[in-house]
Amino acid sequence: MTLIGAPVRRVEDARLLTGGGRFVADLVLPRMLHAAFLRSPHAHARIHDLDLRRARAAPSVAACLGGDDLRPRARPIRTESRMKGYRATDCPPLATGKVRYAGEAVAVVVAESRYAAEDAAELIDVRWEPLPVVAGAEAGAAEGSPLLHEEVGSNVLLSRAFVQGDADRALASAAVVVGDRFRFHRHAGVTLENRACLADWDAGGGLLTLWSSTQVPGLLRDVLAELLEVPAHRLRVVAPDVGGGFGVKSALYPEEVTVCALARLLGRPVKWVGDRREDLLASTQAWDEVIEARLGLGADGALEALAARVLADVGAYSVHPWTASIEVIQVISFLPGPYRLPHYRGEAWGVATNKAPMGPYRGVGRPVSTFVLEALLDRAARRLGMDPVELRLKNLIRPEELPYRSPSGVVWDGGSFVESLERAREVADYTGAREEQVLARAQKRYVGIGVAAYVELTGVGSAIPASPGAAINTGTEGATVRVDPGGTVTATFGLACHGQGHETTLAQVVAEELGARLEDVRIIHGDTAASPTGTGTYASRSAVIGGGAAILASRTLREKAVRIAAHLLEAGAEDVALEAGRASVRGTGRSVTLREIAAAAYAGVKRLPKGMEPGLEATRFYDPYLGTASNATHIAVVDVDVETCAVRIRRFVVVEDCGRIINPLIVEGQAIGGVAQGIGAALLEEVVYDEDGQLLTGTLMDYLVPTASEVPAIEVHHLERPSPTTLGGFKGVGEGGTIGAPAAVANAIADALAPLGVEITELPLTPQRLFRLIHRRSSPASRPTMPGGSPARRSA
Amino acid sequence: MAEPLTVRLTVNGVPYEGRCEPRKLLVDFLREDLGLTGTHVGCEHGVCGACTILFNGEAARSCIMLAVQADGAELLTVEGLMRDGKLHPLQEAFREHHGLQCGFCTPGMLLTALDLLHTNPSPTEAEIREGVSAVLCRCTGYHGIIKAVGAAASALKKA
Repeated sequence: MTLIGAPVRRVEDARLLTGGGRFVADLVLPRMLHAAFLRSPHAHARIHDLDLRRARAAPSVAACLGGDDLRPRARPIRTESRMKGYRATDCPPLATGKVRYAGEAVAVVVAESRYAAEDAAELIDVRWEPLPVVAGAEAGAAEGSPLLHEEVGSNVLLSRAFVQGDADRALASAAVVVGDRFRFHRHAGVTLENRACLADWDAGGGLLTLWSSTQVPGLLRDVLAELLEVPAHRLRVVAPDVGGGFGVKSALYPEEVTVCALARLLGRPVKWVGDRREDLLASTQAWDEVIEARLGLGADGALEALAARVLADVGAYSVHPWTASIEVIQVISFLPGPYRLPHYRGEAWGVATNKAPMGPYRGVGRPVSTFVLEALLDRAARRLGMDPVELRLKNLIRPEELPYRSPSGVVWDGGSFVESLERAREVADYTGAREEQVLARAQKRYVGIGVAAYVELTGVGSAIPASPGAAINTGTEGATVRVDPGGTVTATFGLACHGQGHETTLAQVVAEELGARLEDVRIIHGDTAASPTGTGTYASRSAVIGGGAAILASRTLREKAVRIAAHLLEAGAEDVALEAGRASVRGTGRSVTLREIAAAAYAGVKRLPKGMEPGLEATRFYDPYLGTASNATHIAVVDVDVETCAVRIRRFVVVEDCGRIINPLIVEGQAIGGVAQGIGAALLEEVVYDEDGQLLTGTLMDYLVPTASEVPAIEVHHLERPSPTTLGGFKGVGEGGTIGAPAAVANAIADALAPLGVEITELPLTPQRLFRLIHRRSSPASRPTMPGGSPARRSA
Repeated sequence: MAEPLTVRLTVNGVPYEGRCEPRKLLVDFLREDLGLTGTHVGCEHGVCGACTILFNGEAARSCIMLAVQADGAELLTVEGLMRDGKLHPLQEAFREHHGLQCGFCTPGMLLTALDLLHTNPSPTEAEIREGVSAVLCRCTGYHGIIKAVGAAASALKKA
């Protein structure tokens, strides 16, 4: 069996299972200080007087700084974009002049312990002038709204449209038009490890080191060098063990800038470990969009046109480097899905509000676009009297149509859209489930079947930035593979793992491509001082781009190792095979180990073929240019209890195609974990602010993450159709689960409640929302009674 | 600031004595004073379960207890699960069944599962789900965890 494709048990697990992991909070440096932030209690307010004197005099306090104190030591974060219709804004690491969301950092205290720092932070006096609050995107976009960033003159920070053909004309002549106004509420990523960072300034060497719980050490290194005016080669960013990312840890945060500036100012290490309150208040959040969409079809069910307007609440600031555009532009980029669509118009606006900043979160835009399009397809099927699977099969892009250019300009290089749906229909026993549904309905039980198909662009190369218009290249990664004289292999990447198991999967790729033994390969990632230049791990890119770089570097090295082996064995290189750490001359018993080859490589030119340079290491970079399509179909079967409004997911089937699989154990783990987050998004998780911009979901008792009791058994089936365009045939798999699941669950619930005339337009579908939907739509005769037998009121 | 108090306790069979403020959380005492950083802090309000340890043999949230409350107690943390340099059957099963990804919830999950298997050595899948619902995992969708706990239950019965 080859190593690529084997269910290798993870090398990371030994340390993580025994308490031996090293997360930022675990790191201790001599003379280390602890930071606590004073955060704004107001969503929008002017800071009139920030009095730090009492805090500075508190026991063990080393420093206390406000925004004006920090300003000479760190420039404000400002993210430019080439995107037309985008307005750049400043985000100072500590607020200056005014605050724009509840939870924004206003001052920082550094003391000998976190306890002492928090005590002192309570002694800071601020005179606030509360300002009118922009509590939502529609209000923020309205004429005369209070402005968050006065200098840009509008709360509308971005707008963009994608147009193909004439959607309006096609809609006017379509046989069937379905449309609605959809709402996907605000979501929090909730990594189990809160964000944390530790900075150390080595004055002698002029070196600044930042350990951060981040997905993007390379990105941070480059931007911090600018903001702090430290040359990049004197700045090292390390992501040690990181307790989950999901996109939330892929942006630069004000706390990271602040601890770096403080370490340099004080000449002592400064550590900040966020608590859950700070995470829910001040980590980037997701979605929060209103989507008005209309879909037109012919009488035969063929898609003709789609028109959509998307309004996003992007929060108070544009995050670096993605900008406020990342979420909403992805919605209109991917709204057409894996379907053939001649006419399309997608328009998007991003509006600043007094909430935590919007950022990338697992799926980015596509959980929302898939929810909307798949809901419309089900409605169209009901209108046309067609089976929803048949309607999809009629419209999915067929293999012979690939590569296919989508109406927003994305190129699908390949995919198994039809095959994935057909296979899902088969493994989920769709026909049997429909028959059971008929029986259930006869017994007044509400059983529903929901289907969602999607395609996503993964491993995005340099042709398109991972965020539209972003001023950085996210399309390349490098790998350095080195065989030391002892014959063991170290492969170093600019990627940064936060649960994906790169130390295992990339070792599988390197071992196989180089011809080394798996146990002899060690992967290093997440350290800018060790790795070739790269950015990090996000956007389902690491297996594709990092894996590609690993293949290139390993092949380069293998070729050299084989030539050295041939020299040592006095054979022709074409007759030498290097496998599992041993090079053998085919058809003979003669061989040398990789260790012997490596020893020769470093022993000087006398041991090497004539003219060969000593050493056994290689650095190669990979750019897949366009990126590759990863697709799946999800089918959910649910029971809805119309009395309690509880939704039970009876079955959840995923048929995914992430191309050539490196490790099926890890692919399955990514798919299932993604679905669990999608189920949370569909049924439970919602960030709620009140009209004053106060966060009402500031604890995990209010913001509900699914537990083992809410997540059903999830069945994952693989279609392993290698990517036609990427090295190794890999496609990304990190996000897909979260893309398909909300749509599948929403469609299943709508299907279950179809006899009541309920349509789903809003997620998450909490019991309260479901109750309102059921009771608003149902006729008195069919209206269910409340538990205990009392009649339900017509509208809650 | 209140005067420090002396705390004497046994962790993973090793006696410790330390002095700390009465307000110091037990999890901070374990991590900062004893250097046992395997126990993680995820929420500090007793919901996520990452800080779960065994306190006199029963699962407890070390983030909503004070160190001084542990005076005289016997604690087991993730660092104490291995025996004779070998993984505990639960740890082994988590590795075998991909019961962890980022590993942050894992210490609390392991101790919670151990507590479950102490009180119910042969749990059904539904009982495992309910038992480990005391700990949030954001990565795995619980799939590998449920399988691992079931496998560990079988392994422990054979042992």
